[in-house]
Amino acid sequence: MTHLHLLWFILLGVLLAGYAILDGFDLGVGSLHLVVAKNDEERRVLMNAIGPVWDGNEVWLVTFGGALFAAFPRAYATAFSGFYLPFMVLLFALIFRAVTLEFRSKRPESKWRGTLDFLFFLASIGSAFLFGVAVGDVMHGIPIDAQGNFAGTLLGLVTPWSVLVGAFTLSLFTLHGAAYLHLKTEGELHERLRTWTWTAAGVAFVLYIFTTIAALLTLPQAKENFVRFPLAWVLVAANVLALANVPRALFLNRPLQAFVSSAVTIACLVALLGVEMYPNLLPSSLDPKWSLTIFNASSSEKTLGIMALIAVLGMPFVVGYTSLVYWVFRGRVKLGHHSY
Amino acid sequence: MSLDAVSLSRLQFALTATFHYLFVPLTIGMGGVLVILEALHLKTRQPIYEAAVKFWVKLFAISFALGVATGIVMEFQFGTNWATYSRFVGDVFGSALAAEGIFAFFLESGFLAVLVFGWDKVSPRMHFFSTVMVAGGSIFSALWIVVANSWQQTPAGYHLVATPFGTRAEITSFWAVVFNPSAMIRLTHVLIGAFILGACFVMSISAWYLLKKKHEEFARRSFTVALWFAAVFSLAALVTGDLHAREVAKYQPAKLAAFEGHFHSSGAAGLALFGIPDPKADKLDASISIPGGLSLLLHSNAKAPVTGLDSFAPRDRPPLGVFYSFHLMVGLGVFFIVLTLFGLVMLWRKKLFTQRWLLWVFTFSILAAYAANDLGWISADVGRQPWVVQGLLRTSDAVSTTVPPGQILASIALFGVVYLLLFALWIFVMNDRIQRGPEAVEQPASAIAGSPAAGQLEPAAALSIGQES
Repeated sequence: MTHLHLLWFILLGVLLAGYAILDGFDLGVGSLHLVVAKNDEERRVLMNAIGPVWDGNEVWLVTFGGALFAAFPRAYATAFSGFYLPFMVLLFALIFRAVTLEFRSKRPESKWRGTLDFLFFLASIGSAFLFGVAVGDVMHGIPIDAQGNFAGTLLGLVTPWSVLVGAFTLSLFTLHGAAYLHLKTEGELHERLRTWTWTAAGVAFVLYIFTTIAALLTLPQAKENFVRFPLAWVLVAANVLALANVPRALFLNRPLQAFVSSAVTIACLVALLGVEMYPNLLPSSLDPKWSLTIFNASSSEKTLGIMALIAVLGMPFVVGYTSLVYWVFRGRVKLGHHSY
Repeated sequence: MSLDAVSLSRLQFALTATFHYLFVPLTIGMGGVLVILEALHLKTRQPIYEAAVKFWVKLFAISFALGVATGIVMEFQFGTNWATYSRFVGDVFGSALAAEGIFAFFLESGFLAVLVFGWDKVSPRMHFFSTVMVAGGSIFSALWIVVANSWQQTPAGYHLVATPFGTRAEITSFWAVVFNPSAMIRLTHVLIGAFILGACFVMSISAWYLLKKKHEEFARRSFTVALWFAAVFSLAALVTGDLHAREVAKYQPAKLAAFEGHFHSSGAAGLALFGIPDPKADKLDASISIPGGLSLLLHSNAKAPVTGLDSFAPRDRPPLGVFYSFHLMVGLGVFFIVLTLFGLVMLWRKKLFTQRWLLWVFTFSILAAYAANDLGWISADVGRQPWVVQGLLRTSDAVSTTVPPGQILASIALFGVVYLLLFALWIFVMNDRIQRGPEAVEQPASAIAGSPAAGQLEPAAALSIGQES
């Protein structure tokens, strides 16, 4: 084993966590869009809360895809061709999310806005749910043959386990979106969002427990890694504490702490996913030795090295731009002349 | 075309790439125009330039969002439809794609937020800086993806390695990949094409306002900037086009022979201006050609030999349709030179904005610009056939073997419906914005010109906020 393979496994985890944390609250805002906002102005506030940042947040997914392609091309090829139709649906959902955000407030008619509001909501919950289903499938293992090709069917990807992970992901992103909006709004809407964050935290916690039980029952291979890396239990503890801290922070009236707590929850979950998967990228449910791992699915060490250099050079800039945008658009949302 | 996975995946790629390319050259080209207009605003402090920038930014933002949304499809489509290709090229191609994400996309998306939403939040200089970064970022992302495409045309800096799961290309030199023989000339030509298109877009809308006698001062200023921009780059396209063709002749002779309808290897090859390629008889029907012209253009010597299609086995020849796409593109390139230079002459003689027929030509020039950009890519990528990676991997061997054709057909149908809808929405919303036009200039120029804002960001920022209220 080389350090480069491990490094890229970790870097992919960082990109995935970055995406889940950042676009996670965008998708959460979308799933709350129809139920929380009571009138047109409130809906505009919700959309403008993510207006300047959603595009940059989605870049984390694009970069994750590019990095997966470059570092582990066999995993990229097998996953995307294997999950062909679900991925197409996910792509359409992401397209509609972008387009509805951009176009919704361009016309005043209530029919126009109502239709696009509904599509925005649908695209957001659809994306969040499908991400979760995909993660559930990958954790559980998919039928991969000796050549490394997907040998399953479309319906085989929908299992009670993957649907549960999908629902859990949706609830987590909704919680995260509510915490973000709670931070970014004021007045009566702000107060209402406190209640919503509270409720979403409760739902997420219940689904967290169900998912954990189901994981212990259906993913025996996961236990091995927890025996191998006992430090992973620290992650579990951090995860539970962070999730439990959301209602505490709300109670103490600290919206930023509530949002950071839900972000830490997501980061811990992605890290746990990494611990559970290692060294697999796509475990084969047909035969463990056909699994695509970070060693047999990777690019050459030369490519991994070049890309590590690219990442080292680029990441400070990425952190810089991201911080700049969040700094410029800090504070609570005020609708203005250039808003959506 | 039969309904096998290869044909369907090619159809889907053509559909999604062409649709994505409605937005890419537009945003790259407009980025350049925005930088010039905002620089003029900072320099002259005339409110009309500020109104102009704000107006074009709105159209820019709508198109940019669609470019982002349709771009994600492009990135994941390599994996969904072209799994064998992805495994073959991932080691080489993936680096460029990852570099594009890390270096360019974050840059663009971060500063785009400031460009679109940051008018009241940052100083005018910081805003201008953001505009420059967005324009630069879009060029930078073009760099990486064009490098990747060029590597497929003229592979370099790699070696073939046998793995337990088949042969693949592995990188030997990153810089040889980046500077592969066709990369830089293709990049320059692509960017120039995008700049011409962006300028045509601005001229097209400005000309329409002038015809309708709306927002005339705004339209004249925008038009003048865009006309100079378009004229310079139309001339530049001639130079890069020539260099690019010489490069193709050297590294992809079959493609060049198909472009030119040059069937038989010969010295003193003629340059066909028109013609109808006849693949059965291996000759060009009804052609008008300049004797020795092709040899002269490619090798600066009217007698030099030029490789013909007969030097390649039939299964290695590109489809002859590229003869038309290439000739049409060249014809449109000449058209842009004539149009923009004539426009400049009329501008100099102060007749440009009163010649209604000429304004109508400019109004429709955007369609010609789109046609030229698309025909260029069709020539480049269809001309590479039957290869997906020239000489190394055939397109027919590159697809995902596990995706049933029925699923591809379903996704094509979905793309067709959704993209048609998006196209209609885009035209509708853009048209809505264009009909409303730029906002009236609210404050007299003296209020701004009198401010000693240079070097002092605070008062300048306060002013721009004051203007909003």
